[in-house]
This record gives sequence, structure tokens and C-alpha cells, in this order.
Amino acid sequence: MKRHLPLLITILLFGYAFLYGPIISLIVYSFNESRLVTVWGGFSTKWYGELLQNEALLGAAWLSVRIAALTATVAVVLGTLAALALVRFRRFRGRGSLEVMVTAPLVMPEVIIGLSLLLLFVAMESVIGWPAGRGMTTIVIAHTTFAMAYVTVVVQSRLAHMDLSLEEAALDLGARPLKVFFSITLPIIAPSLIAGWLLAFTLSLDDLVVASFVSGPGATTLPMVVYSSVRLGVSPEINALATIIVGLVSLTVLVVGWVLWKQEKRKQSEAH
Amino acid sequence: MKLKQHLPPARNLIIAIPWFWLALFFLLPFLFVLKISLSEPVLAQPPYLDLIREIEDGLVTIMVNFGNYQLLLEDSLYLSALLGSLKVATISTLCCLLIGYPMAYAIARSPSHWRLPLLMLIILPFWTSFLIRIYAWIGILKGNGLLNNFLLWTGLIDTPLEIMHTPFAVYIGVVYNYLPFVVLPLYATLIRLDLTLLEAAADLGCRPWKQFLLITLPLSLPGVLAGAMLVFIPVMGEFVIPDLLGGPDTLMLGKLMWTEFFNNKDWPLASSLAALLLVALIVPFVLLRHFERRAEEGAA
Repeated sequence: MKRHLPLLITILLFGYAFLYGPIISLIVYSFNESRLVTVWGGFSTKWYGELLQNEALLGAAWLSVRIAALTATVAVVLGTLAALALVRFRRFRGRGSLEVMVTAPLVMPEVIIGLSLLLLFVAMESVIGWPAGRGMTTIVIAHTTFAMAYVTVVVQSRLAHMDLSLEEAALDLGARPLKVFFSITLPIIAPSLIAGWLLAFTLSLDDLVVASFVSGPGATTLPMVVYSSVRLGVSPEINALATIIVGLVSLTVLVVGWVLWKQEKRKQSEAH
Repeated sequence: MKLKQHLPPARNLIIAIPWFWLALFFLLPFLFVLKISLSEPVLAQPPYLDLIREIEDGLVTIMVNFGNYQLLLEDSLYLSALLGSLKVATISTLCCLLIGYPMAYAIARSPSHWRLPLLMLIILPFWTSFLIRIYAWIGILKGNGLLNNFLLWTGLIDTPLEIMHTPFAVYIGVVYNYLPFVVLPLYATLIRLDLTLLEAAADLGCRPWKQFLLITLPLSLPGVLAGAMLVFIPVMGEFVIPDLLGGPDTLMLGKLMWTEFFNNKDWPLASSLAALLLVALIVPFVLLRHFERRAEEGAA
């Protein structure tokens, strides 16, 4: 194994350079004075200033954040229920179909999810009158449907590796199942709920295709604004926006990762 | 105090709530895709004729129109889009495996306290915006972009290379965005590999490359195939990457469907394209389920 060490290190270096090079170039050129994104014209933060004055973009960002927060919350509830059903109940009617329905959205092309949901919403509106028109509600429903599948995967793996003896002890001592769930199961799987919530939030915040299909007039999300701007060509403002997003995401992932890691360590030391 | 018995048991609710949500918002919509794909396009809101119509009082008729599917068969544009999608999905899946396998292997063989940070670094770009990661490549690949400027500066080329709006740019974009999807399942199978098998083979005089071909590769095959399907299936319907990085000659089903829907407002034709794409994805999806199960069984 030792002989291959230089080769393995080279592979990793090239791999990570490929993954991070483009992101670093984005960040560097967001501080570029020149409008021509790839010609260096000196250091400047003016594009961040222009970004803050772009009302359309800020409005879309605020809408996207609200949609993402709602989506993530509903998706965590539904995804946790699906994970509980699949891990805790071995045999039930509809297990096979539930398994397929939580796996398929992970790989289903977005154009199909978007178009099929739009057709459903149009048909529902003409038959039962709801949802009246399309906008934030329909986007939240659509995002929840594919985001909950990701939450299910995350929570499922945590539930599968959970020690059941604590729950059994509580039940033996006479605690009601609901009480056991809220005071024992939920705290134990909490890290996976947080991870699932954050994943659902980013998936929703990032989605262009599904939202374009199921959105209506007046509901323009951030990816739609970015997409129409990118189609017209590169602009330093988008670089500035990208840098802010990358910064926020890295910060969140690092902080949450660190907190969860600390908790895990504390638990381990308590157990010993 | 018999109230508890009258309430539906919690077990049934836990199963029923996610089941009905997914049945209503994931499964049922496919029936509408099928239905609209059999309807006639009209200039109206919504732009299709309903299949079931009342012609006179109480007299209901069902009109089924196979014209959209006929068009898919007759116009070679749609067949070449299907072949284009298959080609891009196949080649980029192979490229993802060729780059992803050595990376997953290197991470699995690295010291144990390095593995988690290395895996985190694979996942982290996945958390930043997909659209922005594509956008980053426009700045690198375009005519006066970073790559061309760099190559001109080194003197390797005299005139800028044309990479943007070519199939090559699409491959780069797809591989870049889907790489984590192959690295993670590959890592999961490689880390569980029983190293004593390799030691035994080495003791018996088996050379390292033969060890790899006869032991490591066959045992990691479920991970290879699961990862391959995780890339292949979504790429078949990819829209954003061919639209932003590809050129007019990059024909793919997802892009064509988007054009029919948003530019031509032909909902029935877009629906029949979606149905075609769904049918093309059934086999890869069954394969994915099969190999994910095998990978899970290997874990147990």
C-alpha cells in the first residue's frame, strides 16, 4: 500500500483542484474592478454595492428564502415520518410503493417533476378550485415533494443505527409511546433532522427547473433571476452573489458540523 | 377512557401521511402527463383540449389524439434528441467513474482521521448553488475566459480554443456537477472491503494490479453501478447544463422539452416527450434499485 502513496495523493490533489478551482475563480473575480469578468482591473468591492441596490434580485432572494424555510420544515416532518415507517415497521401494506416513491424523486429529472406537477395543479384548480393560480404555495408543494425524499434518506440511516434499548427501557417503565418518541427518539435523531432540514433548504433555494414550471406571474425566485442574467452573459454582480452564497453555505456547514461533532464527542466521553 | 381505541393507531398515520403526500404529488401527476400527451394542442388557457368533452346535453365523448407520439416518431429531431441524451449520459457517466473511482479509492485508503474531512470536501461544493457552479465554468471556458487566457499566456496556443457551446463543455459541466454522486457510493463499498482478502492474495503471490482486477473491482461493482445510475438517470433529462454550456447542436430531451413547453407553448408535445423520457428511464431505475439493495445487503 505504501508504494502507491504518492499516486494516491496526486489523484486527490487533482480531484480537489477540479472541484474547487472554478469556485475559487468565481470568488477572486467578484473583487474585480473591471466589468469584463475575466480581465483583472484591480481590487474593488463595488459589485457588492451594486448587488445591494438590485431591488429585483433582493426581492427574489427574500421570496426564495421564505419558500426554502417552509419547504425544509414540511419536508423534515414528512421525511421523518417516511423514515420511521420504513425503519420501524418491517411489514405493511404499501411498503414497496413507499420505498419506490421515496427513491425515485432523488434521481427523477427535474423537467419531469416540474411538468407533471404543473399539469396536476392545473387539473386540480379546474376541478376543486385549489390551488387558485400558481405561485409560492405551488412551489413549496413541489419542492417539498422532492426534498422530503432526501430527508428520508438522511433520517433513515440515523434511525437504522440507533440503539433501541433506551426506548424499550422507557416503555418498560410505563412511558407512553408518544412521550417516548418526543423525549428519547427525537433528541437522538435530532442531528439528522438538522442535516435534513439544511439539505432541504439548500435544495429548494437552488432549484430553477421545477420552480419555473410550477410558478406563476409575480413569483420569481432567485435562481430564475440568476438564470436570466447568466443567459445574457457573465456579470460581476453574479460573481458577488455567488461569493456571498458560497460564504454563507461554508459557514453554516462548518458551524453545524462542528457543533454536531462536539456533541458526538461529548456523548462518547459520557458513555465511557 | 375508550377514546384511545377510537383514534386511528399512530402506526397507520405514520405510514399514511407520507404515502398519500407522495402518491398525490409524485405518482398521480404522471397520469396527467400521460393524459395531456394524448390531447390536442389549442391556443387557449390551458393550451390543450380536454380528452373528455360534453358534446350535447349529457352526451360525453372521449377524444384520444396520438398525433404527438406520431410526430415524435416521424420528425427525426426527437429521435436525435433521445440519442443525444443517451450519448451525453453514457459518456459523462463513464468519465465520472474514471475520475471518481480513483478519488474514492484514495479516500478509503487514507488514514482514518483524514477520511471524514476529505469526504466533507467532496460534499461541500454540492451544497453551493448548482446554477452558480455552472456559471463558474462559463467564465473559465468562454473565448476570452480564464482557460484560454492562461493557454495563450503560456504560448501553448496562438488562437483561443472554442470550448464554450460545444459538447465538450457539456461533458465538463456534467462531470463537475455529478462527481459527488459517484464518489460517495463508491467510497461506501470500498471502505467495507475486507482487506484480509487482498493480504491473502498477496501472500499467495498475486500482483497488485491483478489483486485490483480480481478482488477490489468485482467486490465494488454494486457501488460502481449504483453510482453510475445516480449520474445516468438525472443527466438523461438535464436541462440547465446543455442550455448554458452547450450549443445549438447539443440536442437533448430535457432541453427540447423545455423549448416545447416555454417557447412553443405546446403542452401536449412536451408531455409526450416527458412520457418518452420516463419510459427510457424505467430500466436504469430498476437497475439502480437492484444495485442499491445489493450494496445494502453487503453492508449488513
